[in-house]
Amino acid sequence: MAGNGRHHTIAALVQDKPGVLTRVASLFRRRGFNIASLAVGKSEQAGLSRMTFVVVGDQYTVDQATKQLDKLIDVVRVSDITNEDLVARELVLIKVKSTPETRGEIIEMVHLFRANIVDVGTQTLVVEITGEEDKINALINLLEPFGIAETMRTGRVAMVRGQADGRVSDSIGIDFYGNGRSGEEPTAPGTYEGV
Amino acid sequence: MELTGAEIVCESLLQEGVDVLFGLPGGAVLPFYGALSKYPQLRHILVRHEQAAVMAADGYARVTGKVGVCCATSGPGATNLVTGIAGAQMDSVPLVVITGQVPRPAIGRDAFQETDVTGITLPVTKHNYLVMDVADVAGSIKEAFHIARTGRPGPVLVDIPKDVLLGDRTEFVWPERVNLPGYNPPGEAEAGQIERAARLINQAERPVIMAGHGVVIARAFKELQELAEKAQIPVVTTLLGLGSLAPDHLLHLGMPGMHGLAYASLALDQADLVISLGARFDDRVTGRVSDFVPNAKKIHFDIDPSEFNKNMRVDVAVLGDLQLSLRQLVPRVERQVHLQWLQTIDTLRAEHPPFNIRQTEELLPQYVLQQLSEVTQGEAIVVTGVGQHQMWAAQYYRFKEPNTWLTSGGLGAMGYEVPAALGAKVGRPDKTVWSIAGDGGFQMTMCDLATAVESQIDVKFAILNNGVLGMVHQWQEFFYDRDFFATVYTGNPDFVKIAEAYGIKGIRVTDKAQVVGAIQEAMETPGPVVVDFRVKPDEQVYPMIPAGESVKEMMEEPVPERIP
Repeated sequence: MAGNGRHHTIAALVQDKPGVLTRVASLFRRRGFNIASLAVGKSEQAGLSRMTFVVVGDQYTVDQATKQLDKLIDVVRVSDITNEDLVARELVLIKVKSTPETRGEIIEMVHLFRANIVDVGTQTLVVEITGEEDKINALINLLEPFGIAETMRTGRVAMVRGQADGRVSDSIGIDFYGNGRSGEEPTAPGTYEGV
Repeated sequence: MELTGAEIVCESLLQEGVDVLFGLPGGAVLPFYGALSKYPQLRHILVRHEQAAVMAADGYARVTGKVGVCCATSGPGATNLVTGIAGAQMDSVPLVVITGQVPRPAIGRDAFQETDVTGITLPVTKHNYLVMDVADVAGSIKEAFHIARTGRPGPVLVDIPKDVLLGDRTEFVWPERVNLPGYNPPGEAEAGQIERAARLINQAERPVIMAGHGVVIARAFKELQELAEKAQIPVVTTLLGLGSLAPDHLLHLGMPGMHGLAYASLALDQADLVISLGARFDDRVTGRVSDFVPNAKKIHFDIDPSEFNKNMRVDVAVLGDLQLSLRQLVPRVERQVHLQWLQTIDTLRAEHPPFNIRQTEELLPQYVLQQLSEVTQGEAIVVTGVGQHQMWAAQYYRFKEPNTWLTSGGLGAMGYEVPAALGAKVGRPDKTVWSIAGDGGFQMTMCDLATAVESQIDVKFAILNNGVLGMVHQWQEFFYDRDFFATVYTGNPDFVKIAEAYGIKGIRVTDKAQVVGAIQEAMETPGPVVVDFRVKPDEQVYPMIPAGESVKEMMEEPVPERIP
């Protein structure tokens, strides 16, 4: 079931308990969901954390993933926010190889992207960039010819934009019934060989 | 009063109304046993293998509707529970499983008898706990019971390190309420979904109700019958839904699916509406999903929304407690007659008669189960493992009451039948309990005959002994070029002598004429009895819809052998 389809962004509010990350990861592995990124951190409420997942799959897979996540006792709320108006960001550190000859060119390019140089070594520069995936990928592509020694990505963090009704990302809700609330008709479950 | 962690566990169990638990001690859980010995209100049934403890708790839970409780030590004790826990998860059985763990400072050090039990059981429990503070013991146990029994029931494991059990004495405070913001089991259904369901039902010409385990769990028997009778809708019952409607009810067609009754599967195939009540469109029912009920709209009632559209895309999903949902639904359903549809089904039944046993002098396993059903008048509790004996029991035993049919359905675990029958008898001492096994499954857990003897649990053990792993043998016969590799048991023990070695009666049946007498003798004999039915080998379970195929590929018993 995994692999095909678009990227979906899922927001979850979870209890800050030991093992909650394991439960989530174990669920994704066991059900065969393909997870592109996962970011987690404390929320504005004590004892609760927020997670942003990017899941790759068709609408069937994502509906299953959100409902299975919602079943976890430690998951307080979960929502597929793919079709919402989002602010989505990722933070990336890029260690790019540099020589005295290329350093100036790299710095110029980094500034063009409103990114920062956060470390200067004799043979490398560390670039910090925040933004949407497209922008980050564009910078990485441009830096590639210089030689990238290391990249570290946080994965997407996302939030729905301010709403008139004051809703937060994870309270958007789930399409329990498969009525196509998210605007997409859920695809039918795939068939498989006899068990 | 200040108590140790172990004493707090005992007090918590009493608070939850527990009066019996099944287990086997070991080093890490020994402090709990030390406390348990001072709580005579908590009957502990000592088993011979931890798998029996969890499966007995499962049997107890299924017949009583209460939460089954079992316990084991860390490491191998806990890992021996895993099969039983997985079975309870698949079949939605409420269990609280208590395991000892190595002391906190030893965790993560690969200490003696240490395993990461919460890690191992993560995918096969509804939830689990590793209690790292004695102050959390009571709360964890209260939450465990709450989670196990509410919503879609399931097993919850509570792992408690030895030093927490021994712990500093702490004030026992039983929390008034659980604080689980992420857990809100559904109650009543949304009116709009009920309305949509009613509309489809009122429009249908050839509806079929598919009653699953959810009907049994929600105790929605009366509501099921009301719905069926009001709109004259025929009912098929899944393997775990058996018993939810009386076997002789005119609208009851029996079990459909891989080894279901042919006319029940054919009726489903012709339906224009399938109403699934707490059934999850399991592959053993559907076969190839794309060919299952091809002309039908589908309504799915479930308490677990992740079941909607998981295996089958449905037209209307109704989320809620099934009993409440049906109470909301029935008044909105119009009275119907469906005369033509019921006549069609009568024709199907005439063309594909169920319960037809070949006329032969040989001892057929089907005959044994049919006679068991007759002699016990369908009123015994029947417990099976998985395989041919299970399917014949499902086909031939006429369950008069719900909660009297226990089988390892989703997981399909051999060996379930012996210990689950022990738990069932403990839960319902007023009922006759028959464990039905094959010779394969029986040998997986027969060591717990000792438990039956020691704790005086009066279970009757029938073995349909054909000397092969019957169902696997059948698949080899049909699908693997009759390559009967590794399915023939040539080293079986003498089961009568096994019984006698445990000090209980063993009866051997080799002839058809002995069957009824042996069943009666077993039931008249006080205490556990083993009956070794030497049934005809190479008998196949019919009908059969091969895995991943459709009703069009259904194999029925070859006609020339049938009774005219």
